[in-house]
Amino acid sequence: MTCIPAQTDKKLGLVIDLDTCVGCQACVTACKEWNTGGHMAPLTDIDPYGGDVDGVWFNRVHSYEHITEMGGRTVNFPRSCLHCEQPACVTVCPTGASYKRASDGIVLVDEDKCIGCKLCSWACPYGAREFDTDVGVMKKCTLCVDRIYNDNLVGEDRVPACVAACPTSARHFGDLGDPASAVSQLVASRGGVDLMPELGYQPTNKYLPPRAHTTRAASVPAPALEPVRAEGGFLGWVDRMLSN
Amino acid sequence: MTNGPVRGANSAPSQRPLADTRAPDEGDGVDTSPDVSDSIAKTTCYMCACRCGIDVHIKDGKVRYINGNKDHPVNRGVLCGKGSAGIMQHYSPARLKKPLLRTGPRGSGQFREIEWEEAFSIATERLSAIRRSDPKKLAFFTGRDQSQSLTGWWASQFGTPNFAAHGGFCSVNMAAGGLYTIGGSFWEFGEPDWDNTRYFMLFGVAEDHDSNPIKIGLGKLKARGAKVVSINPCRTGYNAIADDWIGIRPGTDGLFVFALIHELLRAGRVDLDYLLRYTNAHALVIQQPGAADDGLFARDSNGNPLAWDRVAKTPVAATDLDARPALTGSFTIDGRRCVPVFQLITDRYLHESYSPDAVAGRCGVSAGTIRRIAAELAHIAFEQAIELPIAWTDWAGRRRETIKGRPVSMHAMRGISAHSNGFHTCRAIHLLQVLLGTVDVPGGFRFKPPYPRSAPPGPKPAGKDVRPMTPLEGMPLGFVCGPDNLLIDDAGTPVRIDKAYSWDAPLAAHGLMHTVIRNAWAGDPYKIDTLMMYMSNMAWNSSMNTVETMAMLADVDDAGNYKIPFIIYSDAYYSETVPFADLVLPDTTYLERHDCISLLDRPISHADGPGDAIRHPVVEPDRDVRPFQSVLIELGARLGLPGFVDDDGSAKYRDYADYIVNHERTPGVGPLAGWRGKDGASIGKGEVNPDQLQRYIDNGGFWHHDFADDQRYYKMANRSYLDFAESMGFIPKAEPIVFQLYSEPIQRFRLAARGHGRVLPPEAERSRIETYMDPLPFWYAPFEEAAVDLHKYPLHALTQRPMHMYHSWGSQNAWLRQITSQNRLFVHHQTATSLGLVDDDWVWIESINGRVKGQIKLVDGVNPDTVWTWNAIGKRRGSWGLKDDAAESNRSFLLNHIIGDQTSADANGKRYSNSDPVTGQAAWFDLRVRIVKCAPEEAGFTEPQFERFQQPPHFEPSPGKLSFGAEFRREREAAE
Amino acid sequence: MHPAFSVVFFTTATGAGYGLLALLGVLAGQGFVPPDFWLGLVGTGLALGLITAGLLSSAGHLGRPERAWRAFSQWRSSWLSREGVASVATFVPAGLFAIGWVLLGRTDGWVAIAGLFAAVAAIVTVCTTGMIYVSLKPIAQWHSRFTLPGYLIFSAMTGSVLLNALLQGFGIGSNIVLAGCVLLTLLGWGWKLATWRYNDRLEIPTTANTATGLAGGTVRSLEWPHTEENFLLKEMGFRVARKHRVRLRQIAQALAFALPLALLLAAFALPRPFAAVLSALAAIAQFAGMLVERWLFFAEAKHTVTLYYGR
Repeated sequence: MTCIPAQTDKKLGLVIDLDTCVGCQACVTACKEWNTGGHMAPLTDIDPYGGDVDGVWFNRVHSYEHITEMGGRTVNFPRSCLHCEQPACVTVCPTGASYKRASDGIVLVDEDKCIGCKLCSWACPYGAREFDTDVGVMKKCTLCVDRIYNDNLVGEDRVPACVAACPTSARHFGDLGDPASAVSQLVASRGGVDLMPELGYQPTNKYLPPRAHTTRAASVPAPALEPVRAEGGFLGWVDRMLSN
Repeated sequence: MTNGPVRGANSAPSQRPLADTRAPDEGDGVDTSPDVSDSIAKTTCYMCACRCGIDVHIKDGKVRYINGNKDHPVNRGVLCGKGSAGIMQHYSPARLKKPLLRTGPRGSGQFREIEWEEAFSIATERLSAIRRSDPKKLAFFTGRDQSQSLTGWWASQFGTPNFAAHGGFCSVNMAAGGLYTIGGSFWEFGEPDWDNTRYFMLFGVAEDHDSNPIKIGLGKLKARGAKVVSINPCRTGYNAIADDWIGIRPGTDGLFVFALIHELLRAGRVDLDYLLRYTNAHALVIQQPGAADDGLFARDSNGNPLAWDRVAKTPVAATDLDARPALTGSFTIDGRRCVPVFQLITDRYLHESYSPDAVAGRCGVSAGTIRRIAAELAHIAFEQAIELPIAWTDWAGRRRETIKGRPVSMHAMRGISAHSNGFHTCRAIHLLQVLLGTVDVPGGFRFKPPYPRSAPPGPKPAGKDVRPMTPLEGMPLGFVCGPDNLLIDDAGTPVRIDKAYSWDAPLAAHGLMHTVIRNAWAGDPYKIDTLMMYMSNMAWNSSMNTVETMAMLADVDDAGNYKIPFIIYSDAYYSETVPFADLVLPDTTYLERHDCISLLDRPISHADGPGDAIRHPVVEPDRDVRPFQSVLIELGARLGLPGFVDDDGSAKYRDYADYIVNHERTPGVGPLAGWRGKDGASIGKGEVNPDQLQRYIDNGGFWHHDFADDQRYYKMANRSYLDFAESMGFIPKAEPIVFQLYSEPIQRFRLAARGHGRVLPPEAERSRIETYMDPLPFWYAPFEEAAVDLHKYPLHALTQRPMHMYHSWGSQNAWLRQITSQNRLFVHHQTATSLGLVDDDWVWIESINGRVKGQIKLVDGVNPDTVWTWNAIGKRRGSWGLKDDAAESNRSFLLNHIIGDQTSADANGKRYSNSDPVTGQAAWFDLRVRIVKCAPEEAGFTEPQFERFQQPPHFEPSPGKLSFGAEFRREREAAE
Repeated sequence: MHPAFSVVFFTTATGAGYGLLALLGVLAGQGFVPPDFWLGLVGTGLALGLITAGLLSSAGHLGRPERAWRAFSQWRSSWLSREGVASVATFVPAGLFAIGWVLLGRTDGWVAIAGLFAAVAAIVTVCTTGMIYVSLKPIAQWHSRFTLPGYLIFSAMTGSVLLNALLQGFGIGSNIVLAGCVLLTLLGWGWKLATWRYNDRLEIPTTANTATGLAGGTVRSLEWPHTEENFLLKEMGFRVARKHRVRLRQIAQALAFALPLALLLAAFALPRPFAAVLSALAAIAQFAGMLVERWLFFAEAKHTVTLYYGR
């Protein structure tokens, strides 16, 4: 099982637009509430009202300051499982609990087989694995496998919870293995990138970098304003405008 | 296969379900189609003030999950971080369980549980005695109350003028600034034309009432490549994704805006045609220094303002369609010199003191940047004007074949309004919008019905004549148009306990909740008997000067009696305010109650049509709690308040739901506008429909009416829209709404300060009134900045509420508090370096009002002279169901401790509320501080610390583990 | 990486155990060590005891130890699974070898063959353990050419020093074994120094820039997703202060290499009871030193996920 399928029929994944994400945490709690009752339920919270609070979350949003010679920018950065094509979290798993689906490329954990050795969390460079200390098993993003095919949901709701919730439309979902898909085209048009490509995990999820905007330089081609050149200055101009 | 059409905000091709949603034959045993819910209840979220539609999925009587309602006009299917965490609010361990009566000292948290009957009889007896003697001895103030049309009406029927909600310490500057200028404002009053705007300016916004609509809108702008400019000292959230972030110095936005206006005027880049059609720019202002009518409009015999016809060289009515009014010049009418408003505008803002070079240093924004922004505004407004091919007719019957628009839009919020110069800054932003011709035009800022209303709207505040057993003649809150409308007695003493509508705060459209505790404690202007409050955390993060506020709540007189004799408080949770109450009325959660989000209050309308919504119980309470509105209605009936009892003295309404359906404020107008009339066929006005609530429930919990195409823009002067607005009761008459660039009501106060009129300010108040009641917006330094030694307190200090907690009660929420359990003070790297501070240092944050200790985090994206923190993360030990070791009460701090609730004494020794002098808006963001590294032994824990609250009876300790959702899985697996 | 004691102890103990087992298997089977009952009992007991204790300790680190048997299934892809298979498989020849020696009193013939197999299996097992760490790309300090030889060298080193202590204890110590111990300890020391030197100069291509996809300039963490420490930070965000690190490296070197070397060299010169005591002390010191070394092996290893947290 932990051998990676040579090829998957689809490469389902997310595209996250860092140019648009405002860091509102909508995807974070939408994910939490769906999944805490979903396929990997529960997403246990330890000491939920105390000083050592520590919960299981499949999606976490960081914020960074990206400082370049162009200036600084604050970037909100959602982080979740990237459903890699070369997921070492799968190959290192000694029990077969971790696996990558041949049909759609989703990386899942079969909880019943998981012994909680945590090695997959060491093998994941992205921190996508979340250990549930109470249950003693590893959990992770399922790409809402219990939503996207769910016959008990109306058709339009069959998208990952984070994508459905995102108020700024910064999250997208689809088959990244199909170059004609809307997500693939979005990635192509916006120069979507892989995270840590040098490690060779070939993540399926892509990130759209902040648009190459200017710092603080004009993106509107506006000529500088000149004082009105009318007789009588501004008031003369008003008079003339009204007379026209 | 996907069934049904794709709806909602997130329906781009890249956000849709797979073309084929049949589960592939993976053979891994994953149940890809688990049963989700037994039923879906559609109601309205209340995790903040945004009022989104939610689908609550119920499984086995428990909330399985909550998602956005795709049909809902506010959120169109999306849901913010708070909304999705609603489950944890609903099942919070801090929920109150039963009415409580205080047994220990105030603030101790010692209570005994009582039955509702006892609670009602205590309250009824107390309030009844007040009503028989002096109704204003009841002060009734509510927090994030979405039922103000009920609570205000209840106060009015009781006969007390002492009513307001939390607007006074939230954003009344924004509301009043807008309503007195354009008859509308931002947030619930209006929104950018997200689909057409090309240039969006965002002033002072961290998060907003309009949470999801703004986010949806920003997503559209980003997708389209429209330019977003943010003016904010902090580069977080929305400001993080701005194309242009202008890290302005707090409190100087007005100067920045005036400099833009200066540049636009200088270059002749203003929309004169728009000004003539929709504003009072051409109205003539009398210029007779010393005269009683100086600064008022010259009027004809019918009282209509006059303009000057350039061609005929005679005065004409400003509304005369055939006139060719002058915008500049000086004219003599009946021997008095008169000048058009626009002349006054150019005189003021073309002055060198408002030039970019003059303001740059003070704003911390380079003159070049200001000039560039001005040029961009002009370019987009005038060179990229748009035209929609839709014919419409104006108020005077003039038909136009297209709708013209200037695609520049703006939005502003608390960063602007929470300063002592906020009212004028808000007016300045509206002035800028209007000069560019961008209000209610395609691509600009658009009103949401029932706005626009006349500027200001008509109703005056009631309460001049408070008599026992007598309702007020109107609602307690309204809009004054001059000193005659103030709520002061003959000696000039405020009528209201919060001093709203007095010389201290003449245009206090939302009241001054933040002054109530001090004033009631001090007996200034008089002593009250009972303070009744609803869902506002006044003993903690909703008050300035928290330490003293808590002391005042618990203070006793020489005889050992509490200075505020009786406090009734309703809250759903064990907040920091509950322990200070004598009688606690436990409220329900938002999933257990009825509510209406009414056109009489702040509805869910958007720019394309009015709407309103309800909440209805989707789960049954498991505790002995009742919705506050139903409690208030029963209390009204027990007190025999007119309107709450029938002629025979019996209760008129069974509960809030019954009131929502059957109450009529004026004939045919009730809390809900949809499905009125016996058959439910009417909107706006119509007979009571007993089936109305069910119709709402069937429709997903809301009603919405979509405008015809020709009603969508220029609502201030659009015949078709104005007729509709009149038919709905939004405005009394279908007359055009004229933007008041120059505000005559404000000038009337200035005249009073000069000794003119019947109602005059006391001598000591005159120069303050003269200065701040300026009919044209102007800029002055925020009060605290002007009062403190800036070398000693060199930094501005601000707070923002995190997006995932804005307007919510987040720290009791097991999920939301994980995101932010500890707040840091964010300090610019440069500033920290100059102070010898490094990341993670613990510092004292000191103001003239005190000091508080917290940990710093160095950042780049902040104005270097500004420090800021997330607000209201610090909690008092023993509250909100948090354990004693929670970061909230050990490492988090509350900046409120060091924000004074009063200004420094003026020359007469008087201390005003720390508020805007025009509206009384709390000036949270005027704060100046210094930061000092604390001693090594002081690091690691926050100060000040307060005694731990005791827990109410039968309060179980909060669990050490939460496995929410495990039960759904167990049931699923058992069923297999 | 968080230096969980269970894992620190596991790798140290099994390293020493497999080293000892391999040496016993080879040396006893080839007749370099007499088939003495007590020596067999103590020797194989110590080796298998260390291995067993280490394995039990590592099982204690599992979230669901009752399912540990499942770990044998994925040997085709998982080095951890291979380690599990190899470690259990090792018990077969090792058990036969121990039975032959202790119960049957012989170390020749099939017992010798079992000993050789046990030695090979032990080496394979140590290799699989090392490969678990080598295969983890997110941890550059482990994903290096130093890791696998390190495991083998330290296994041989600690195994040999244990063996020497045993032989000395039984009065059959030899200068050859002593010399082997000294050489292996020197090799271990050198290898460790080389590894540290390599790690300290390591330029990791994975940065906060590549982690976030934000090219150019610097990327600084502003806010974590949650203000309190979560699983990722507790498991992988461990940080050891520089001054502690320097001190711990000194302690590790003193205990694991310097002190054992001094004791072993002294043992050359001293008569039996003293040599035996010094040899035992050398083994104990080295084991303690290797616990410190292994603690540092984890504590100094930086996982790429820490980049997301600005660590």
